[in-house]
Amino acid sequence: MSSGSSPELPKAEKGIIDAIGKLGEKAKLIYAKPNRIKFSVQRDDLVEVARFIRDELHFDHATNVTGTDFPKDGQLEITYHLGSHDGGEELRRIILAISCRIPSNDPKLPTLVNEYPSVLYHERETAEMIGCVFEGHPNLGRLLLPEDWTDIPPMLKAFRLPGRLEGE
Amino acid sequence: MVAQELESQQQQQQPPKKGSASLHSHEGPGLNILVGKAREVIQQAIVDPVTYLANWGRLYSLWPVHLETACCSIEWGAVSGPRFDAERYGILEAFGSLRQCDLVVVHGTVTRKMAPRLRFIYDQMPEPKWVIAMGACSISGGVYFDSYNVLPGVDQVIPVDVYVPGCPPRPEELIDAFILLQDKIRNSNIKKTS
Amino acid sequence: MSLPTQSSGLFTEQVSEDKLVVSIGPQHPGAGHFRFTIRVEGDTITECIPDPGYVHRGGEKQTEYRTYIQSIPMIERSSLLDVTNITLPYCMAAEELMGIQVPPRAQYLRMIMSENQRIISHLYWLGIQGIFLGHSTMFMWPLGDRDIFIDLGQMIGGARITYSYCVPGGVRNDMPPNFKDRAMKVFEYFESRLKDYERIFFRSPLFEKRTRGVGVLSRSDAISLGVAGQVLRASGVKSDTRIDEPYCFYKDISFEVPVYDDGDTWARCMVHLEEMRQSMSIIRQCLEKMPQGQIKVKLSPQQRAQAGEAYCRTEAARGAMAFHIISDGSTKPYRTKWSVPSFRNLIALPKLLVGSHVADMPAIYWSLDYWPVEADR
Ligand code: SF4
Repeated sequence: MSSGSSPELPKAEKGIIDAIGKLGEKAKLIYAKPNRIKFSVQRDDLVEVARFIRDELHFDHATNVTGTDFPKDGQLEITYHLGSHDGGEELRRIILAISCRIPSNDPKLPTLVNEYPSVLYHERETAEMIGCVFEGHPNLGRLLLPEDWTDIPPMLKAFRLPGRLEGE
Repeated sequence: MVAQELESQQQQQQPPKKGSASLHSHEGPGLNILVGKAREVIQQAIVDPVTYLANWGRLYSLWPVHLETACCSIEWGAVSGPRFDAERYGILEAFGSLRQCDLVVVHGTVTRKMAPRLRFIYDQMPEPKWVIAMGACSISGGVYFDSYNVLPGVDQVIPVDVYVPGCPPRPEELIDAFILLQDKIRNSNIKKTS
Repeated sequence: MSLPTQSSGLFTEQVSEDKLVVSIGPQHPGAGHFRFTIRVEGDTITECIPDPGYVHRGGEKQTEYRTYIQSIPMIERSSLLDVTNITLPYCMAAEELMGIQVPPRAQYLRMIMSENQRIISHLYWLGIQGIFLGHSTMFMWPLGDRDIFIDLGQMIGGARITYSYCVPGGVRNDMPPNFKDRAMKVFEYFESRLKDYERIFFRSPLFEKRTRGVGVLSRSDAISLGVAGQVLRASGVKSDTRIDEPYCFYKDISFEVPVYDDGDTWARCMVHLEEMRQSMSIIRQCLEKMPQGQIKVKLSPQQRAQAGEAYCRTEAARGAMAFHIISDGSTKPYRTKWSVPSFRNLIALPKLLVGSHVADMPAIYWSLDYWPVEADR
């Protein structure tokens, strides 16, 4: 649990970074610390990179999908956290995150359901909470919010909680 | 059994109970309360025997609906468990139909998705029926006072008889609420409730 | 706040002669706060549509309006069965962002509390599983024994179940001096009780009949669906955050991770049983090794975190629990995302129910240990 990127990364993490480095421009390293690595990808390359990570690096399931709103940049960031059960002792401790930034006014990105079936409900939740559309997802209906929710998606920064003033 | 041993340890710290003999040791207030209660009961039984009988029948057979709305339901589980045992007071969860129930215990937060269901369930129950709002959430929203999906109090949806504060309330508090509710029923006028 | 109209969620569906659509919940004996619709043909379930969200309280949004320490009681309410285990990853993530080292004694106390909480949670699970299988003794016994462990937690935490025990920088209270004796006594008692449990419930032919071969999740499915906790371990995957990525001092403690290959309801129940034993042994070892020292680093209530991201995970009672915190350098998190095991296990429910009998539904449903309050957040 050390913070910041330390110079001596364990071997497994280095191996992953090198392997993803083969993809070249498609995946950009955001941070690497022991046990945690994050890459950023363009939305057109998302499926390809995910497939590569699944097949070559043996990350076999998703543990989490986070959707974050960055109104200053006019972007939404969707982050997938991937883990591995079958990749061996070393890989099990690593969580690999791939994130994808999409413009807020065109919030579309391809779904990863075919690559990672485990994101089924995570993506559905993210879609309703942040208002993005996962193209190709089998069902993006309401999941957690009430059926008659008419407001904007609640996790957008523009959505203020009732009774809380600006900047409070 | 260590369980009993542990409990008996706790009991030892309290003054020992001696059954009926203890009535004498606390003669003053104990007897007063007893006389007061007896007078109340006799008065009611003589003045309006029908009301008295109907209320007496309802008192000790309060059957709550099995509707868990949020995390307070854990303490409800503890209340039905052996240590607190709400069955002693005639509160026995009816695992059957809503038509047999006469008590709704709202276990905490009522979200906007749950609210219409709660009302729907309440409407399906036959009169007379009572509601206990359990937990800070069902009183005012509790820690979720500023949430976008939580009702600030269940009394917006259904009428409440007893409020039990706490987050979650301790089982003893819930039992206290049952006793309060039974008091309320004992003194209610059946012509109005039915 | 206006109420949704009454007709909004109560859907009915045209039913053909041999097919039936059954809507289960949110009011039914068993699972409160959760609803699912099943389509049955004869006695076999052909489709299952889960409908969570009855306890969605928007906690993730609320954390954006609270300082790091203010969020703790609210986060803890999401999993009241398992309070220490849900606040622990949050505190770990906050500490990582604040750059704080937690004193060793606090780490040990955290471990003791989380293991105690695991037992409490499993006992509650066991009680409900008992009643789902029509075994009311198995409701009364675990719930009674659960109170003894609650007392144990109360000695340290001060409250019955909601202690808000972990805070960024350490824990709130130290252990009272008589805790160890009391804990040993309780464990001795509970170990003999566990044998009784096994005799009366886990080895009884009734239990075996109703759970063996029921709701089988294969190993490859368990991995690809990304389930967590007991569901995963019952399907033959040896995965436990406490050994995969040891936090606190779990690497100094020796314990076993129960794994079964069957993947059925029976295996999931046995994993629960075994884990209670292991938790007791972990607490015993922690009490032995407990160092002296501080229990927390003093922080300002307005403590700022560095800008950045943290993703910390622990093994909660129901599986891997993780918190993803994005910070912009202020006193409040920019975004928190809670990855809770119950939500991850939800995907297994339709998978397991389809093809099984209606009568097996309660056993399968509760063997997932799905706690809707936690899943909906
Ligand atoms: S009052 Fe507290 S324990 Fe009860 S439902 Fe609300 S948050 Fe949960």
